[in-house]
Amino acid sequence: MSDIGLMNLKLKIWRQKNMTTKGKMVDYKLDGVSPDSSFLEMIDQLNEELVTKGEDPVAFDHDCREGICGMCSLMINGMAHGPESETTTCQLHMRKYKDGDTIVIEPWRARPMPVQKDLVVDRTAFDDIMVAGGFVDINVGSAPDANGLPIGKGNAELSMDAASCIGCAACVAACPNASAMLFVSAKVSQFALLPQGEVEKDQRVLNMVTKMDELGFGNCTNAAECEASCPKGIDISNIARMNREYLAASIKAH
Amino acid sequence: MSVTMCRRFSASIVKKQVVAFTGLFFCLFLVGHLVGNLLILVSPEAFNKYAHALVSNPAIYAIEAVMTILFLTHVVLALKLTRENRKARGESYHLKRNTGRGATFMSDTMPYTGILIFVFLVLHILKLKYGTYYEVTYDGLVIRDLFKTMVEYFRNPLNVAFYIAAMLVVGIHVSHGLWSAFQTFGFNHPRYNGFLRKFSIIFAMVVAAGFMVLPIFCYLQGAN
Ligand code: FES
Repeated sequence: MSDIGLMNLKLKIWRQKNMTTKGKMVDYKLDGVSPDSSFLEMIDQLNEELVTKGEDPVAFDHDCREGICGMCSLMINGMAHGPESETTTCQLHMRKYKDGDTIVIEPWRARPMPVQKDLVVDRTAFDDIMVAGGFVDINVGSAPDANGLPIGKGNAELSMDAASCIGCAACVAACPNASAMLFVSAKVSQFALLPQGEVEKDQRVLNMVTKMDELGFGNCTNAAECEASCPKGIDISNIARMNREYLAASIKAH
Repeated sequence: MSVTMCRRFSASIVKKQVVAFTGLFFCLFLVGHLVGNLLILVSPEAFNKYAHALVSNPAIYAIEAVMTILFLTHVVLALKLTRENRKARGESYHLKRNTGRGATFMSDTMPYTGILIFVFLVLHILKLKYGTYYEVTYDGLVIRDLFKTMVEYFRNPLNVAFYIAAMLVVGIHVSHGLWSAFQTFGFNHPRYNGFLRKFSIIFAMVVAAGFMVLPIFCYLQGAN
């Protein structure tokens, strides 16, 4: 294989040993990166070099590498999942970069999601929010026949859109306030829009928002960086829905 | 109030809704304040009589008190939310960039424009409402000549420049704040979103430009 088009890159990567030590940005040089490799394959390549040299490889989260699991989570040159819209880090390709580029790679930053090691953050906070209300707790019977329940096309689509959230937390990372409103509102919406979830929607929104606040996420300022960074294109109309449902539910609650 | 109820009403969303409500109130106030003050273009007499009608209204103290409370609520809650937001990030990014598809200069600067407006308002009230007191007589009725105070104050071009800059800041604040308030109350509809965002910017620009007319007009009056 010829090496035409291979790139030499400068990388600045956050290295942190564990949750208790302080981390810092470390510079690396990586030569011979194929434009056809994915962003994660580029880090794999760096790690191979590091391991060969007997150094500690860079820890980062990944699983499916096809944009569906939500594990990959890198802040690339200041943007969650890199510069492309509706693209996860694993789906970002090195052809977006040029020979000689400097790439800054950091973990998500939010107090409720602390860094565990290098680029890996602990996203248990999202699970805690789901445990607080992200489920249907009434008997809705077994799987209904197709079209057995009359659900309008509009709501069905909105619910599916909200349910496409992969829980990657790019919304929190990109938000100037480290707010989790897009994630929580997507979960609230996906249930509230369907008859099975509608029954408990008031209690659900109250519990999930209370948990979100308790965990210490920031407050939404409608900057919409979350929507712009969401790899699944989930939009802030979900946040509006949660805002009005929270208001209605808290008035109804007594 | 039970503990759960307290918690419910101190929730992030409710705090934001209070900021949104008070903000919307002040958007309406801006319109009223502007329309009233534009009477200065009609005649000094019309303006002075309007100002007199306002301050001689027996309800004025109650109205001023309510407005002060709403204003302070807006400021205090917004500051509290901002502080929480700073804390929520924890360690800051080495490099953080906007995508260009979401946040704007207006949304990024809300706390700063807010603080500037607060400072401006204090000066504004001190220099004009509590500025030099002149009197004028219309049909045997002695009332305050606020027109004269204004013309005198804006004879200084620095004051004119300060007011114009302050109105720019108000415009920037309102252009994000207005549509943002609707979103916070849960009003978001694909058919009206585009309109609402444009309307916010146009509203902010018209109000800011309208208020800029006042110092410029007074300056020109003073120059004559
Ligand atoms: S690794 Fe699964 S979404 Fe990127």
